[in-house]
Amino acid sequence: MNNFPVSRYLTNIRILALFSGGVLAAAILPLFMDPFTTISATNVFIYIVITLSWALFSGPTRYISIATAAFFGIGIYTSALAGELLPFPLVVCLGGFVSLILALLVGLSTLRLKGMYFTIFTFGLSELIRHSVLWWEVVMTGTVGRWVVSVEPVPVYYTMLIILVVTISFCFFIGRSRYGLALRSVGQSEEAADHMGVNVTAVKINVFAISAFFAGATGSTMATRWTYIDPSIAFNPLFSFMPVLMATFGGIGSITGQIIGATVLTLLADLLLTEFPYYYMLIYGVILVAVILFLPGGIMGIWESIRKRRHKELHENT
Amino acid sequence: MSFAFYCDVVFGGLVLGGLYALIAVGLSLQYGVARVLNVSHGEFIMLGAFATYSLYTFLGINPLLSLVITGPAIYFIAFLAHRTMFNRIRKTSPTIAAFEGNSLLASFGLLFIIQNIALLGWGPDIKGFHYLSGSIKLFGTTYAINRIVALALALVAGIAFYLFLLYTRLGKAIRAAAQDRDTAQLMGVNIHKVLGFCFGLGAFMAALAGFLISMIFEITPTMGLPYTIIAIIAVVLGGLGNILGSLIGGLILGIVGNVVMCFNPALSMVAYYIIFLLLILLKPAGILGKKA
Repeated sequence: MNNFPVSRYLTNIRILALFSGGVLAAAILPLFMDPFTTISATNVFIYIVITLSWALFSGPTRYISIATAAFFGIGIYTSALAGELLPFPLVVCLGGFVSLILALLVGLSTLRLKGMYFTIFTFGLSELIRHSVLWWEVVMTGTVGRWVVSVEPVPVYYTMLIILVVTISFCFFIGRSRYGLALRSVGQSEEAADHMGVNVTAVKINVFAISAFFAGATGSTMATRWTYIDPSIAFNPLFSFMPVLMATFGGIGSITGQIIGATVLTLLADLLLTEFPYYYMLIYGVILVAVILFLPGGIMGIWESIRKRRHKELHENT
Repeated sequence: MSFAFYCDVVFGGLVLGGLYALIAVGLSLQYGVARVLNVSHGEFIMLGAFATYSLYTFLGINPLLSLVITGPAIYFIAFLAHRTMFNRIRKTSPTIAAFEGNSLLASFGLLFIIQNIALLGWGPDIKGFHYLSGSIKLFGTTYAINRIVALALALVAGIAFYLFLLYTRLGKAIRAAAQDRDTAQLMGVNIHKVLGFCFGLGAFMAALAGFLISMIFEITPTMGLPYTIIAIIAVVLGGLGNILGSLIGGLILGIVGNVVMCFNPALSMVAYYIIFLLLILLKPAGILGKKA
């Protein structure tokens, strides 16, 4: 029993070493990569961030949000509107904050309701915003699309890396804090959490808003690579579905699982997207159904069950 | 704003409302009874529309007749999906909330699968066909015959379904399962069969709506999602699990949507959302729903 804190300390050091090693490798990589690899690595970072930000809220609380595209798109539009006025890092932060405020409003109005209503609402939120923006552009500005100030691939890569590091650290620390505990208790039994003194609504709204910040900042960063945007690009529902799929595939309860899930599926998409666009979405549908039917814990679930079995065998032998 | 204009708006609203009511009742069966918030509902509408289109354009089969083929076929697909997917999820999920979450995600998978198979088969272009596209003059305004047929069929289907729920044994079993699944099972209702039947029947109604939509509007393989969203709003408007409420909710949405569409077509979806937002904030149980 005595060595428990020590082993935990060692685990933490191991995680820290792995993490900083990974970040360091990612930081020097653009020096050796060709531009195409830099862009596809940036793409992987985007999906990891939106997957983590989705799972940050929806994982522990089990309130399934399908609104990531709304926050992502708001970030994109912030970039289009403020790109010429502000320096790039400020635009990115602003995109995050605008999304955060939108998420606060959504949260205040819907998170008092139980799970399914929330899901139903978020399901169409990005569609609502898309239609409103489209109407606004057609009636008020007379165009549909907008130009965004372009930024070179390498600065975008580093910006995404910074957002990624912040997101991973945030998810990691909140998972181990009192706040993360409160969040999980909401997911297990909202009523019991309420009776234990957890301010259920505040916890839900705050984490929902913060998770939207990451999605918005990512949107702002990415808009500078696309240079041309319109409402159907910015609020593409795929950005809502992908994080759900990627997190489910990797394992909703585990940060490592989410990172693996997002990386694998993004690379698979890169591989298939240009050649077989319909097959690739078809394959994703099959993967989603198969994971839910046969692998409730995702990839990390397999890993866990192997570890448990090995642990059991070890104990039986001694 | 003449009398004829009002007739036009009201008639258009009734047609749209009839369609939405069918779609909403279908989803209500799937969510209210089978507890699957089926986001692939719109894909079954799309399948119904494309099946009608293909049978008419390539084989020359009368759309009204083709329903006899497409309806049961789509019922069977959905029944099979329920048997293989949602039943298994129901058995492996510890709580009803977990089942709802997992089946929602699985139905997203189903959405991707059906939509992309349709894209592979029919291609992404907008399609349409002419059937009963003549018109008749009445009270100083013209009505398209296919719209009148669509409204009549939607009405007949709605009434027939309602009578079925009220006066048949299976209808009674469905109502019992909607109220309390476990008690219904204790009373001797074969819950497996009823849930599968409800899911299939919901898809059948979607197919019927798709068939009507294909006569009036243009169709594409990606047309399903907006209809799903409308159906969900209509179901919430009528009260989750209340089948009559969904019917009324669909009618209201159709009429409101058509009125808004007469002034600005781009805003009808926004109007649905505003209704939905107000509803969720003020009366989340729906207009006919019981207090939670």
